[in-house]
Amino acid sequence: MLYREAGQFKASYAEDAQIFPIRQDRIGFWLLMLVFGVAVPFLASEYWLKAILIPVLIFSLAALGLNILTGYAGQLSLGSAAFMAVGAFAAYNFILRIEGMPFLVALVLAGLTAAAVGILFGLPSLRIKGFYLAVATLAAQFFIVWALVKFPWFSNNSSSGVVTAQDVTILGYTFATPEAKYVLTFLIVAFMALLAKNMVRSSTGRAWMAVRDMDVAAQVIGFRLMRTKLLAFAVSSFYCGVAGALYAYTYIGTVEPEGFNLDLSFKILFMIIIGGVGSIMGSFLGAAFIVLLPIFLDNFVPMIFGDSLGAGFVSNFQLIIFGGLIIFFLIVEPHGLARLWQIAKEKLRLWPFPH
Amino acid sequence: MARKIGGVIVDLQNISLRFGGVKALTDISFDVKEHEIRSIIGPNGAGKSSMLNVINGVYHPQEGQIFFKGALRKKLEPHEAAEQGIARTFQNIALFKGMTVLDNIMTGRNLKMKCNFLQHALYWGAAQKEEIAHRIKVEEVIEFLEIQSIRKTPVGRLPYGLQKRVELARALAAEPHILLLDEPMAGMNVEEKQDMCRFILDVNDHYGTTIVLIEHDMGVVMDISDRVVVLDYGKKIGDGEPEEVKNNPEVIKAYLGTSH
Repeated sequence: MLYREAGQFKASYAEDAQIFPIRQDRIGFWLLMLVFGVAVPFLASEYWLKAILIPVLIFSLAALGLNILTGYAGQLSLGSAAFMAVGAFAAYNFILRIEGMPFLVALVLAGLTAAAVGILFGLPSLRIKGFYLAVATLAAQFFIVWALVKFPWFSNNSSSGVVTAQDVTILGYTFATPEAKYVLTFLIVAFMALLAKNMVRSSTGRAWMAVRDMDVAAQVIGFRLMRTKLLAFAVSSFYCGVAGALYAYTYIGTVEPEGFNLDLSFKILFMIIIGGVGSIMGSFLGAAFIVLLPIFLDNFVPMIFGDSLGAGFVSNFQLIIFGGLIIFFLIVEPHGLARLWQIAKEKLRLWPFPH
Repeated sequence: MARKIGGVIVDLQNISLRFGGVKALTDISFDVKEHEIRSIIGPNGAGKSSMLNVINGVYHPQEGQIFFKGALRKKLEPHEAAEQGIARTFQNIALFKGMTVLDNIMTGRNLKMKCNFLQHALYWGAAQKEEIAHRIKVEEVIEFLEIQSIRKTPVGRLPYGLQKRVELARALAAEPHILLLDEPMAGMNVEEKQDMCRFILDVNDHYGTTIVLIEHDMGVVMDISDRVVVLDYGKKIGDGEPEEVKNNPEVIKAYLGTSH
């Protein structure tokens, strides 16, 4: 009843091709942007900003990167964390070694470095598919982390391999407070999400989806498999690389190669499975879900069961819930939370009247 | 009829195709003339689909030459065949299942779109203009094939007959010179077949598209084809106008067997 398109006519193809063709969606979207872009920095506590909102945004960006590769272009990857590591260490080295390197330029260069590495490790995708490709990207995961540890140059000869991110300064302003870092992260992630949405709704995205759905037909219709797949690897790794750099600079502050291990890659994969494979919004929902779930369990399991269970049990309990949810989503709703949202919207068209 | 059959556009000479020891095609020669409807018929496993795959570069024959628009064609990849104006549909529907009808048909225009991914990312100016210009072309095809009502539907949800029609739309969106149709009417009921025949004839008539058709329904083949080539066990056993082929003893033997 409240949510319906009746009476909303489109008079041109430009109107019909908008990101949000339905007015209620547009209003909702801008409200959301106002809340998270303007209200949240003023209202949220430091804990919320540093421990929840910033990581949700950064993991959303990484999940978005993986979603481009796996959800849109259909190439399974287990190396997202490694590409994040490339981005983090590349940004660190660009800022460290080049005098007066502006932060945003370093961020783009970090993304491009990750993209180059992504293309390199994407080359096997030209010959192999599915699980076998996943194993090839697993090689990227282990090789990159190994290389970052093996060659101390990457961490500026730090004895422990841990690097401390420099201050984030743009045009003389230093982003030191959590609020400032949050706003910066928010703007970058929102902008990159917009770019991703634009790519997937135009010919680039159609090429990716065509290769995903039926690669022979895609070829016969004129898409070049090599170009399309490698572009997906490059763009995906760019997103992961930028996410990795933000992870170092606006979230954790100190990073080591081991922090970007296979666990993190799997976490990002779970985000897109739970959030929605092949959906921009799903990347955000999945990241929010996976970041929030442990915090939720940490707070609520002791509240219900008391302290008798012990901290060890709670953390194991998290893993059990995680595993259970993954299986649940794979069986019941392979398209994840994004699909559930879509179904809810379809239901809302009729609600509260059945006809 | 408005269309006029022109000169030879595809000339296949002595094509042989093997998969290891299996001879899929043996020494086959025939030609396709501009604006005609050329059918390939034959029993199952005769090599009809392989023949189409040779024409659009999915398979590369070990022997033989292909002349395309008068020039000897080198070994080429499927996307290069597409660039030369060869489009096709598949025996088992090969639509992009996760995309809407509109997006599927839009993929047919990819070769005519010139913007790169950075322009797409910004979706501003040239990229947006291009998207809309091609949308207009796609809408023409949608109207032509009478599928307006399903344009926003994901193709996976459509019934079989409509999926076949969307696949034809995707091929037509490319504005091909030659359209290869691999059993466009398989599994359809009489009404759907009639619709499909009408569309094929309309395409041929309206756009002047040369059509190479594989079909098992002899009624359809004899009705709409200009010339028919008959394959059996990878060999050509008949070639000519429908009437001629119908009375060819070799063809009758292949289809009905002979009395001993």
